[in-house]
Amino acid sequence: MSALIIKNLAKTYANGFTALKGINLKVDVGGFYSLLGPNGAGKTTAIRIVCSLVEKSSGNIEVFGYNLATHPESVKMHIGMVPQEVNFNTFDTPLNILVNQAGFYGIKRSIALQRAKKYLGELKLWDKRDDISRTLSGGMKRRLMIARALIHEPELLILDEPTAGVDIEIRRSMWKFFKNINANGTTIILTTHYLEEAENLCRNVAIIDEGMIIEDTRMGELLRQLKQETFVLNLENELTEDPNLKGFTYSMMGENVLEILVDEDHGINDLFELLNKENIKVSSLRNKSNRLEELFMRLVDSKKDISEEHS
Amino acid sequence: MNLNLNMIAFYTIVRKEVIRVLRIWIQTIVPPAITMTLYFVIFGNLIGSRVGVMGGYSYMQFIAPGIIMMSVITNSYGNVVSSFFGAKYGGHIEEMLVSPMSNATIILGHIAGGVLRGLLVGAMVTIIALSFTKLELKHPLITFSIVFLSSVVFAMAGFINALYAKKFDDIAIIPTFIITPLTYLGGVFYSINLLPDFWQFASKFNPILYMVNAFRYGILGTSDIDISYAYIVVCAFIVILFTLSFVLLKRGVGIRD
Repeated sequence: MSALIIKNLAKTYANGFTALKGINLKVDVGGFYSLLGPNGAGKTTAIRIVCSLVEKSSGNIEVFGYNLATHPESVKMHIGMVPQEVNFNTFDTPLNILVNQAGFYGIKRSIALQRAKKYLGELKLWDKRDDISRTLSGGMKRRLMIARALIHEPELLILDEPTAGVDIEIRRSMWKFFKNINANGTTIILTTHYLEEAENLCRNVAIIDEGMIIEDTRMGELLRQLKQETFVLNLENELTEDPNLKGFTYSMMGENVLEILVDEDHGINDLFELLNKENIKVSSLRNKSNRLEELFMRLVDSKKDISEEHS
Repeated sequence: MNLNLNMIAFYTIVRKEVIRVLRIWIQTIVPPAITMTLYFVIFGNLIGSRVGVMGGYSYMQFIAPGIIMMSVITNSYGNVVSSFFGAKYGGHIEEMLVSPMSNATIILGHIAGGVLRGLLVGAMVTIIALSFTKLELKHPLITFSIVFLSSVVFAMAGFINALYAKKFDDIAIIPTFIITPLTYLGGVFYSINLLPDFWQFASKFNPILYMVNAFRYGILGTSDIDISYAYIVVCAFIVILFTLSFVLLKRGVGIRD
């Protein structure tokens, strides 16, 4: 059984804008799946249709074997959603927000209070349980939405840019939290603009652009498609003349900084051999950009090139 | 439909609504108390003493049931329209839409919240009225049933208004341009027997006339209309408005893209 199966899902809004052009997606139980795409690609529309917040134009959705059209209650019981925008009552307290949400899922108040304590505690919000929610920081508000999405203990958690706008420390602690709940069996679908986040967390990735899935594969497979990487080398000594690095494309970014493109024919060992020959000492090295980011841009650009050719 | 789940969800909405009403009591309880006190002082005491007897009762006694009903109607409507539109505006309506509770539960929960506020304010206005005049309860069953059913009608109307509303202005239009005129022209302050024939006839198309008169009949035992018509009108409105609310919510009008 799959956690989520989307078949030929299409959505055209009342204003005529087509957000989804018949996408297909299959998410395995226990998976950690990333849905990537530029702004307006259709990620949020797809997610909101699965969560019954947007009506589909056509297509079919199944969640843990239940069809959304015929068994919406069962589908909703299985899904927890963390939306992009803050959407809780900011005049209410975190504890009330969680307990009320549990009530909407038919969970008794006594059990809801226990769960609220558990999830607010795990997300380090228990001390804030009686504060008015609008006084919480941006990161706290995001964590409150995660706690709310988990209060009915769903088997499928959908995270729509859950770490947008939070600082790196909180983001990393949230990653750890997501990894833990995924390890405990919750299937997770994540959309994010931080491609580093997707690379770190997800085992599968789908790339969506202009309402179509342009790539759907394992993260490792996708990254293997990237046949070249750009490295930035900080050098111990200033370079007074152009180094002779045959077979590599490179450019001087300053007297101590060298930017080099390393492809799969010329590995990084070959590069260091050449640098040794030229007596160039490297003090540090880093990737110029996130690998997934580079690949993402390439996929999106290549698709655009194809559509421009056709037009 | 899972009955137990929906019962808990219903209770959750009602509890949330009651807490909301009590938390913002300065907006929900105090204003109607002040307004209705002014009605009793100005219309009942100052002007009423010159009007004399109406329908066999002092003017103060005559208008008291109508004023109580007016406060129930406006508060039942106002509670649902402001709470549901507030949830739409703030986005937290999505908390309910992603949950497995049925559409009927969402509607009934909000209606119950509106009815509770309407009846709470109505009880408070009754206490205020009793400090100005003596009121009997001639027909308790009619009094309580008609006030409850009228409250349900206006809570549902508030729900539909909230579904269609896109901005805060939209939740003030219906109360200002429809409910308030119909209430004032619904026999709260006068007996329609005082009107010329044409306006007596026209008044009979105003549903609030039936509610006010049935309620007055329950308390004072006097009415301008046949009470059975009042029940027919109120029950018909309940069926129509509930069906409309249900269909609109199912279609996602105003809440789903």
